[in-house]
Amino acid sequence: MAQYLVLIYDNEDSWSTASQEAVQQMHKEYMDFGERNAKVVAGGNALHPTNTATSIRGYGSGEFSVTDGPFTETKEALGGYYLIEAVDLDEAIAVAKQVPAFGGVEVRPIRVITQG
Amino acid sequence: MSADPAVAAAVAYAHRREWAFVLAATVRVTRDIDLAEECVQDAYARALSSWTASALPANPGAWLTTVARRSAIDLLRRTETLQRKLPLLLEDPIETEPDEIPDDRLRLIFTCCHPGIATEAQVALTLRLLCGLTTAEVARAFLVGETTMAARITRAKKKIAAARIPYRVPSAEDLPARIDAVLTVVHLLFTTGHTAPRGADLVRRDLVERAFDLVRMLRVLLPGDADVAGLLALILLTDSRRATRVAPDGRLLLLAEQDRTRWDRSAISEGVELVRESLRRRPSGRFALMAAIAAVHADAPSFPDTDWREVVALYDLLVRIWPSPVVALNRAVAVGFADGPAAGLAAVDELAAEPQLAGYSYLASSRADFLVRLGRTEEARVSYQEALLLTENEVERDFLSGRLSDLVN
Repeated sequence: MAQYLVLIYDNEDSWSTASQEAVQQMHKEYMDFGERNAKVVAGGNALHPTNTATSIRGYGSGEFSVTDGPFTETKEALGGYYLIEAVDLDEAIAVAKQVPAFGGVEVRPIRVITQG
Repeated sequence: MSADPAVAAAVAYAHRREWAFVLAATVRVTRDIDLAEECVQDAYARALSSWTASALPANPGAWLTTVARRSAIDLLRRTETLQRKLPLLLEDPIETEPDEIPDDRLRLIFTCCHPGIATEAQVALTLRLLCGLTTAEVARAFLVGETTMAARITRAKKKIAAARIPYRVPSAEDLPARIDAVLTVVHLLFTTGHTAPRGADLVRRDLVERAFDLVRMLRVLLPGDADVAGLLALILLTDSRRATRVAPDGRLLLLAEQDRTRWDRSAISEGVELVRESLRRRPSGRFALMAAIAAVHADAPSFPDTDWREVVALYDLLVRIWPSPVVALNRAVAVGFADGPAAGLAAVDELAAEPQLAGYSYLASSRADFLVRLGRTEEARVSYQEALLLTENEVERDFLSGRLSDLVN
């Protein structure tokens, strides 16, 4: 088994401009997804919008720049994620295809850092 | 170590014929493409020194596989004792009977053509791993620098390992789309070879031959697949004209000018048979329809006697399932032969706004051809000049220059 992070990218306006019914429908789809995939989903959450993001960049020698906003401004922003377990990429893609999203999702294999 | 020429030839032949089989069976043992490649290369080197002309192995593929798999297992055992952390990669015990070595070539090609890998890297990996080309040869095939190509291949292999792209034949549900991806790669290899995008030669015979090897391999491995049959038909029928596409002086010859008596009749009859088989499945696939169009041309006694209505009807079907601007342009050209140059020009002009055709020399040259037939010489001249600016293949450039000077005279 390997772990993958499924990153959910949406245009943030999709959420703010969606009707109440559409938002409710989306929530329901997320609940359904979670129930259907309970066995493989190891975690996941929604993120607050990018206007709440703070970017911190280290310049070495203990200096940091702390700025308002996400690292990169893109039309579709990271809005949530799932941590899933899958045997291989095909299985991960099969799960990712079921994730409800206004935009799309990106699947990234997790590189396990072993302590020692 | 200088090998007997007969042995060297036998090893070279086995390289061409058996590379994919040997590598695929070795990857199954190593679960690591780089390590498998090393072991297979080593097995070929050992064949050069241990084969003798008088006693060549009856089954070179089995010989090479056994040697490669054995050295893979040795290597794995050694690393295992060094690094206990490594998972046990051996999935099944090595077979002693050569007949029992599994044919894993399908797994290998599905891995190389996984949609998680960029198309250009899929092509490079396929040439490298299925056809056994060196990185330098792959780089030359696509006219890019060796460093660039090496980086592209390394990146793709790293993704296969890190993202765990499986070494497996896809599930029945995914299979049609995944076969299509494989066929797209093979078709791209063929078209790149059939009309090289750049350079002095119109045809890159090496790439055409590799495309043939791959599609014939797929035909053996997926004998019931209509799309595989369709692509093999398309390649056979298109390539049946190879002897007639370039004049002895290197000039490009159009379909209308080609000596049809020199078309390869055995390729045509094999192709036509496969088109029939492929069209039996409904709805027809894009390769089957493209092959059917090529079959109409192959069947026509002369260019004017071509059944252009049939060609247009087939393009109509093709545009519906494969709405590519290039297909639409080919359809427009066929309309020009079925309904006259004015209708053809109108159909071509409808496509002028397609952004994908903006840099496509065939749009300008097709326009020019119709304008010539309509007697609109001055406009034709401008269109030929435009086409000349857009093509980098020298044989095609000479052809267009010839057309231009014909107009002046």
